[in-house]
Amino acid sequence: MIVSNLEVIPGKRIQKHFGLVQGSSVRAKHVGRDFMAGLKNIFGGELKGYTELLQESRQEAYERMLEQAEATGANAVLNIRFSTSSVAAGAAELFAYGTAVILE
Amino acid sequence: MIDLIIFVTLLAVGYGFGQYAEKQHYASIRKRELYLRSIPVIASRIPPHGNPNYDSQLVSGSVVISVDYFKRFIAGLRNLVGGRVTSYEALLDRARREAILRVKREAKNLGAEMVFNIKLETASIHKGKGNTIGSVEVLAYGTALIPNSQ
Repeated sequence: MIVSNLEVIPGKRIQKHFGLVQGSSVRAKHVGRDFMAGLKNIFGGELKGYTELLQESRQEAYERMLEQAEATGANAVLNIRFSTSSVAAGAAELFAYGTAVILE
Repeated sequence: MIDLIIFVTLLAVGYGFGQYAEKQHYASIRKRELYLRSIPVIASRIPPHGNPNYDSQLVSGSVVISVDYFKRFIAGLRNLVGGRVTSYEALLDRARREAILRVKREAKNLGAEMVFNIKLETASIHKGKGNTIGSVEVLAYGTALIPNSQ
């Protein structure tokens, strides 16, 4: 499976087009991490716990998108975009979407 | 009285640690930028012409950074008079550069020559009292072009 955020893959032609595939994941932080983040809000600096948390949930959104792409029979997902939105206090939604295609 | 003491202590602690952390971070950013300069990150959507012998792979890097107590207080004051909020400018600058560096590091590990179509995405993930920004997340992602050996 080729996954890329380019619209065209160099040297490959799009044979068939399946439209949009997407995956999302909503995660909340747990109390321990929230406490550490509260401390970091005083000292400043990177919040490693949050970085990891968001990375994990983005990975999950990404995998859900790939599952969807596989189900349609695509062998590549092009023009991928990621987006983040906070839906409630303390929870964030990570969203990934792209175009499923068959490349020759 | 107690409240005032706590407040001043927090300001002092925030100022001390915040300045130190920022200085350290900038030093490390500059060092790694120099080291990873050989991999250009390009914001163009169209891949290079002519040479089709590239494998492509999605690479991404993200970081969550928080501003310290002192700077948040200064930014709050800034809201009264208006103007540039330099404390948040520095925060976002650090976050973006760090995210791009993580993209470059991943690209280098894959043996890529360049990273194409870089996109940056910023989200404020932790809102404090009165909607003040606590911390921002920056995600950078792009397509790494890896020369293949056919």
